[in-house]
Amino acid sequence: MGNVQVKNVVRHNQGLWEKSYIPEIAKGLKITMQHFFRNLSPNKENRTTFTRQYPEEQIPYPERYRGLHRLMLREDGQVRCVACMCCSTICPANCIHIEAAEHDDPDIEKYPRVFVIDELRCIVCGLCVEACPCDAIRMDTGVHVHPYTDRAEAFLDRNLLMELGGLSMAVQGGER
Amino acid sequence: MPDIVINLIKIVCIVFGFVMGLASLMTLLGDRKQSAAIQNRVGPNRARLFGIPFALLGLPHFIADGIKMVLKENIVPDGAHRGLHMLAPGLVFMPALLGWAGVPFMDMYCDGTVVVDTTTWREVCEGTQHNYFQIMNMNAGLLYAFAVASISVYGAAIAGWASNSNYSLLGGLRSSAQMISYEVTMGISLAGCIMIYGTLDLNEMVRQQGYLIGGWLPMWGIVVQPLAFFLFFLAGMAETKRAPFDLPEGESEIVAGYITEYSSMKFAIMQLGEYAATVFIGALIALLFLGGWQVPFLYADGFRFGSTHIAMPGAGIEVLGTNLGYLLVIALRVLAMCTKIVVLVWLQFMMRWTLPRFRYDQVMVLGWKILLPLSLANLVVTAILLAIF
Repeated sequence: MGNVQVKNVVRHNQGLWEKSYIPEIAKGLKITMQHFFRNLSPNKENRTTFTRQYPEEQIPYPERYRGLHRLMLREDGQVRCVACMCCSTICPANCIHIEAAEHDDPDIEKYPRVFVIDELRCIVCGLCVEACPCDAIRMDTGVHVHPYTDRAEAFLDRNLLMELGGLSMAVQGGER
Repeated sequence: MPDIVINLIKIVCIVFGFVMGLASLMTLLGDRKQSAAIQNRVGPNRARLFGIPFALLGLPHFIADGIKMVLKENIVPDGAHRGLHMLAPGLVFMPALLGWAGVPFMDMYCDGTVVVDTTTWREVCEGTQHNYFQIMNMNAGLLYAFAVASISVYGAAIAGWASNSNYSLLGGLRSSAQMISYEVTMGISLAGCIMIYGTLDLNEMVRQQGYLIGGWLPMWGIVVQPLAFFLFFLAGMAETKRAPFDLPEGESEIVAGYITEYSSMKFAIMQLGEYAATVFIGALIALLFLGGWQVPFLYADGFRFGSTHIAMPGAGIEVLGTNLGYLLVIALRVLAMCTKIVVLVWLQFMMRWTLPRFRYDQVMVLGWKILLPLSLANLVVTAILLAIF
């Protein structure tokens, strides 16, 4: 027979006062009532319910929140993109499809005839924005990607992306 | 107006307006919103009614629930006794409503002048009395209330038996054992009250609670029978089969107990019966221990503190052939009764969300070994004190 390790647990000795449960029930009621009245207080700051009533109370997104893409515009309203393929090359999800075409203006070499982003494939990494040499694609709309009922709706084409776009501060082409 | 019309109006106002309204609101506010506030949640708030852009305390959820319950399929399990299965929800629900026949919301309406006797603190009506605030005036009101309330044991037991399910049967057995055990305590804890008041008439009991001990302390039941108040409160909570005494429905062991096999409106009626019983227990406690419709120091002609008398505003003005002051007193008293019931119901719900559940043997031990001896001791001590003084 080996040594049996016996650990004597000291029991919490209940007195009659404690056994009658009444003080303990009163303590419990005090806690629940504190919660109850605190969460009914007209001043919402004092409440301890942290649930946000979502559609009515929205959290303002941080400045760098990556939302839906947009294509920036030139001063004359044309698309800023020069179809250099940087974004579609770096895209880890292969969600950007660009078909380049010759531009009429001799100063501008190319423009995207087709520019489609598959928002269902996009992993919202933001690398396309980083890669863009001429500030043509941005993700700063602050808009969620909408829920789609049809896959085809998730393909955002050039014109749609340009509708979200705006003018950029950067000078196109830079200093020569 | 003929008596039958007055009776119908009373029944509609009390049963459908107050009891059903409160009981069904409690399913929403008490069970969901109150528990939500206690547990730092928001509770139901998404449903909208008629495009009103507010949650309205979650009221639309309650209506949606009702519609859902009505539209659900009514399932009677194979091998269940159809008739009894059908009858049981009614037997649970009806007693909770029938009991209200004896509950007074105000003293008898006095068609004449009311004289307050400041030595006995009783109101003497000089004129005809009309029973406008109590459905049925009985001199055995308390006995009637108990007799009717105990019928609901049959409802639960029959529901358990007729469902042809082992869980239901266990739930039915548990509920009948629990309710019968606690009814003993309930009855004996009240025996002290009955001895003090010397009557079974609920209205007369409340009238006697208007007496001021030493001219300043209202002789409410809780003052003269404090232990009985606790015992009755506990036993009453156990009678309503709600947490911490919800063993008959113990979700963790027997699914939903005697309501396992119920669906659609039959389930809703079972639940509503429990809530109505909660309100009824609240009303009994208010009547027996908290002075019923009595407002402290308020008598038919105004407030009285010792010998100083502050008349009700509008005491001399006649409105519709009655004294405006008296009407105000009536309004205050009805309001007091309703408030007391609501607060007691609220307290029962607070208990529900505070305390953990008992084990079944603990419920039985509490009922037979603690509450019953205590109530017997209370009875004996009260009897001795009454014999001495």
